Amino acid sequence: MDLKGFGGQILVGAGLTLAVAALSLVFGLMIGGLGAAAKLSGRRTLRALADAYTTLVRGVPELLILLLLYFGGTVFLTWVAGEQVEVNGLGAGLFALSILCGAYTTEVLRAAVQGVPKGQIEAARALGMHRATIIRLVLLPQVWRLALPGLGNVWLVLLKDTSLISVVGLEELMRKSAIAAGATHQPFTFYAVAASVYLLFTIGSVLGISALERRARRGLARA
Amino acid sequence: MRLSLIAALLAATVGWQSQAHAQDKVRIATEGAYAPFNFKAPDGTLQGFDVDIAKALCEHAHLECTIVAQDWDGIIPGLLAKKYDAIVASMSITEERKKKVDFTDKYYQTPARFVEKKGANFTISKEGLKGKTIGAQRSTIHAQYLQDNYADVADIKLYDSQENADLDLTAGRLDLVLADSIVLLEGFLNKPDGKDFEFVGPELKDPKWFGEGAGIAVRPGDAKLKDALNKALAEIRKDGTYDKIDTKYFPFSIY
Amino acid sequence: MDWQLMFESLPRFLAGAWLSLKLIGLSLVVGWALSLPVAFARVSRRRLLWMPAFAYIFCFRGTPLLVQLYLIYYGSGQFPWIHDSWLWPLLRQPFGCAVIAFALNTAAYQAEILRGGIMAVPVGEVEAARSLGMGTWLIMRRIVLPQALRLTLPAYGNEIILVVKSSSLASTITLLDITGVARSIVAESFAVYEAFLDAGAVYLILTFVITRVIGVTEKRLMRHLRREDQAAVPTLEPYGA
Repeated sequence: MDLKGFGGQILVGAGLTLAVAALSLVFGLMIGGLGAAAKLSGRRTLRALADAYTTLVRGVPELLILLLLYFGGTVFLTWVAGEQVEVNGLGAGLFALSILCGAYTTEVLRAAVQGVPKGQIEAARALGMHRATIIRLVLLPQVWRLALPGLGNVWLVLLKDTSLISVVGLEELMRKSAIAAGATHQPFTFYAVAASVYLLFTIGSVLGISALERRARRGLARA
Repeated sequence: MRLSLIAALLAATVGWQSQAHAQDKVRIATEGAYAPFNFKAPDGTLQGFDVDIAKALCEHAHLECTIVAQDWDGIIPGLLAKKYDAIVASMSITEERKKKVDFTDKYYQTPARFVEKKGANFTISKEGLKGKTIGAQRSTIHAQYLQDNYADVADIKLYDSQENADLDLTAGRLDLVLADSIVLLEGFLNKPDGKDFEFVGPELKDPKWFGEGAGIAVRPGDAKLKDALNKALAEIRKDGTYDKIDTKYFPFSIY
Repeated sequence: MDWQLMFESLPRFLAGAWLSLKLIGLSLVVGWALSLPVAFARVSRRRLLWMPAFAYIFCFRGTPLLVQLYLIYYGSGQFPWIHDSWLWPLLRQPFGCAVIAFALNTAAYQAEILRGGIMAVPVGEVEAARSLGMGTWLIMRRIVLPQALRLTLPAYGNEIILVVKSSSLASTITLLDITGVARSIVAESFAVYEAFLDAGAVYLILTFVITRVIGVTEKRLMRHLRREDQAAVPTLEPYGA
């Protein structure tokens, strides 16, 4: 298969796809943690804000959110940072994907926290554990186990959503393929290559997630 | 408290990539899908007539320039959002665009033409193009020309890049494509895919749609950069740098 | 904020919304029809059946929809022999390509959802039916599918919403759906915020209405169950896997 010299660039793009997805997952988890806490908190305004956030992200196409954040993101971050911040394609893509990921992980984490049997928390409190200890020893390990399938899904979705950032010019895998396709007039060849790379990523991720899930279930009786 | 935490996180993310808007550091945007004026080589670098001109101008104006690629659709909004400071991407100077950005003097001017499959022999007129499918790149003077003149008789399809329009022409989804004549010649007709296609119709130069040539766009009010670029442009035309770059790509002068 | 422009663009957005709805509806129906045989093949025990089904589902769920769309639209243009085939009138139109891509994609997800539902039906019921002498197809028709469809309602509803959102990708192949109209407006007037906010609002209204309709349908289809059972309906993969 003759990639007409674009093979190296496609590898670079693939690497960038992984990097952007991974970073977005990290930031998204942070946002998701805050969001889940907001949804579970006692204060109605916090819950409403978090609900609005997830509803908006779940109700509007990712492409549209990306386009909006790409152009509006500069303005917002300048306001936040207090000085002129120039955001390049990478920053804008990360920003947009993190916001998207945050909304998905909010729901996953919220469901996971609610899945921990209340009785265990009550027992821990009766034993006099501090809140921090309860979170560390009782809540988090089980939240991890319960959230893992959902988080695995979010990761797979994230991998695929990175392809959308190609539309705003970030040179990840999809974009590199499109450039090569346009330059060589061989769209099928290059998009097929791109699809294969995504499949490889998916296979690898699915195997990795299964392994993580098996380890997280260790010690549990066979359900 | 949480809001400032989020703000700090986000600022930290991009903070290390932010640059203070220094005086002689200039970011220039080009498209990268418009051979031979700007395109991406297999090694990933931006090349082409526009890129060479931009580099020459920066050298003469003593500016430190970085050239970035930006999709055509977002190239003016990006300039206004300060993602970069100038656009050197074969952007035609038109009244419509002058409302949003300022232009330097032109740095080249070439006419537009239609391309058809060999032997189709379309007549370029309202009757001749009735019911045909014509493609052009979105946000260009060519798209505007088609919308204003043929939208009521023909099916106009707009693409995010000229390359994709060319792909659809070879695929047979389009009957004609309207674009810059040089771009069609070098980027399509002279390539193996374009051998079954030919120009049709006259060269289109009406300033009402096709403007006064290609210029460099800067933010409105950025007179300092505009004047620096104009001065550098006059210099490279006088001292032969422009002609050298011109002959590298074209057998004739495109000024 | 150019309210004037936002107001004047409404007719174009309505036209775009109509195209989007046609695209979504057609993709969902064709996708659903395709998902049935794929799901049955997937749950079958014969290798000749479940292996190709598995491969199909894996490929279409494991690659981005944008890649699939470009492969079908631009990719089909690369081969001259396609131009002479009977598929060309369909592939020639961007609408046709979009429907094919979206239908193939949603069929893969719907097949997985249906498979999950089929497997969630209590095994004991199937065993009992078989011991009564019911044939496989009869069991499917009378025992498994009715329950599977009820179990999978939330997941199906979620999938419909996802198809609505994915339809915005049609704008990348020249179609003037809601997102396509927004991008045209941005191209003409550079009014980025106005155009995208308008488009976002239209999508929100669309998803809101669809979510409500699905919610009402779910309640109605479960009204024969006791209240406790309604709440205990398991949700299968709610987050757009």
